[in-house]
Amino acid sequence: MVVAVEYISKEESDGVESGQDRHGVTGILAVQGAFAEHAAVLDRLGAPWKLLRAAEDFDDSIDRVILPGGESTTQGKLLHSTGLFEPIAEHIKAGKPVFGTCAGMILLAKRLDNDEHVYFGALDAVVRRNAYGRQLGSFAATADFGEPGDAGYIKDFPLVFIRGPYVVSVGGSARVETEVDGHPVALRQGGILATAFHPELTDDTRLHELFLSL
Amino acid sequence: MTQNRAELNRNLAQMLKGGVIMDVTTPEQAKIAQDAGACAVMALERIPADIRAAGGVSRMSDPAMIKGIQEAVSIPVMAKVRIGHIAEARILQAIDIDYIDESEVLSPADDVYHIDKNRFDVPFVCGAKNLGEALRRIAEGAAMIRTKGEPGTGDVIQAVRHMRTMNKQIHELVSLRDDEVYEAAKQLAVPYDLARYVHDNGRLPVVNFAAGGVATPADAALMMELGAEGVFVGSGIFKSGDPAKRAAAIVKATANWQDADLLARLSENLGEAMVGINEDEIQTIMAARGE
Repeated sequence: MVVAVEYISKEESDGVESGQDRHGVTGILAVQGAFAEHAAVLDRLGAPWKLLRAAEDFDDSIDRVILPGGESTTQGKLLHSTGLFEPIAEHIKAGKPVFGTCAGMILLAKRLDNDEHVYFGALDAVVRRNAYGRQLGSFAATADFGEPGDAGYIKDFPLVFIRGPYVVSVGGSARVETEVDGHPVALRQGGILATAFHPELTDDTRLHELFLSL
Repeated sequence: MTQNRAELNRNLAQMLKGGVIMDVTTPEQAKIAQDAGACAVMALERIPADIRAAGGVSRMSDPAMIKGIQEAVSIPVMAKVRIGHIAEARILQAIDIDYIDESEVLSPADDVYHIDKNRFDVPFVCGAKNLGEALRRIAEGAAMIRTKGEPGTGDVIQAVRHMRTMNKQIHELVSLRDDEVYEAAKQLAVPYDLARYVHDNGRLPVVNFAAGGVATPADAALMMELGAEGVFVGSGIFKSGDPAKRAAAIVKATANWQDADLLARLSENLGEAMVGINEDEIQTIMAARGE
């Protein structure tokens, strides 16, 4: 699924509130990577969104943030040069919802075990970049998110890993929601939802719906 | 190649969007590129400007040199094979390359056939001057497309021409009645299902980058304005006066190409740009290789 991108969603530009029980706008970090794919999912769910390309894009309407897939080193540099790092770091510190996919999980991690960079340092976990190797190690799988009976349990979610990371160790405040081959690949911690895989590359919107309910 | 693998390979190109892929010839240059914010590097022994200057047959780079670059950086590493050179492609797949560029910058190995890229697990990017070329390469299994530009010249005119041609042809295809798409596929010399995809979706089924002649932040911004989803920069960086600064400026310009105030700041004091050669001064038109 490859999608074209516009700068703000129809709902936002028309000033129309979505039909669901939400009022804020999801800010999607849009300095590099697959941000248009997240916007397309939110369009399907009727949720307003706005691309974050510069510090002034982060306005009061933003009540949740998506950190998309892409190259974490590129995004990390541009987060600082655009001035977007500070408002997003404050947003995370305030416990507001943030959803990081792949590179987004790397940006959120407290520490990386094969890279000295730390970006937001908010997710209580150690994450390994390119943990499955190069592109020939990229793969698709299916697994559950959470445990049966949990609120937010999702059965048989499609997992797409593109030069993806996995979690090496988890601290006390983060909870493992999905594992593949014994490695955690989805975590929750308060308002933080982080996946090593790419829900935005599939037709399955359930994880985005869960995020919008946080 | 399974359907799953083809999809995963297109997906990697999606992760590169909005980014800059830089030609590098040494591990040191690769680190400079990564530190500047490149989303991937293209490992090659000689950058296109030097290939053009040296003349002669230009081939796949030494795998040891490519491995050195793979070890130096954590971002994806691409490398080039000659058009139609199946064995060079197998060699790059064997060293676990992230993307193969079946490239007109090298001397073509086959003047009729491109590589059947559907038979490989590793993804390929191919150049295209127009929609027909792009869809033929995609039919052969390319997971990403770039304009051909005219490599090594520092002259952006051909990349502009190819990107405008591609988008104009896409718009024309979208505007057709459903029953006219069969004839359009015949005219373009492409499979009907791919013509149909473009007609229905208004875009290529894979990511489309600009390449060839991009030398300044303004060139990168121009290509993004014209609809590129990201930019390859070949000779433009390491043939310039201050590669690290120019590389970082082009990365920022590609991310925020519509912010003219930022572009003005990024364009200041970059040192000498690559000298370049005008389109009408060159002997070898690389873009004409492999249609």
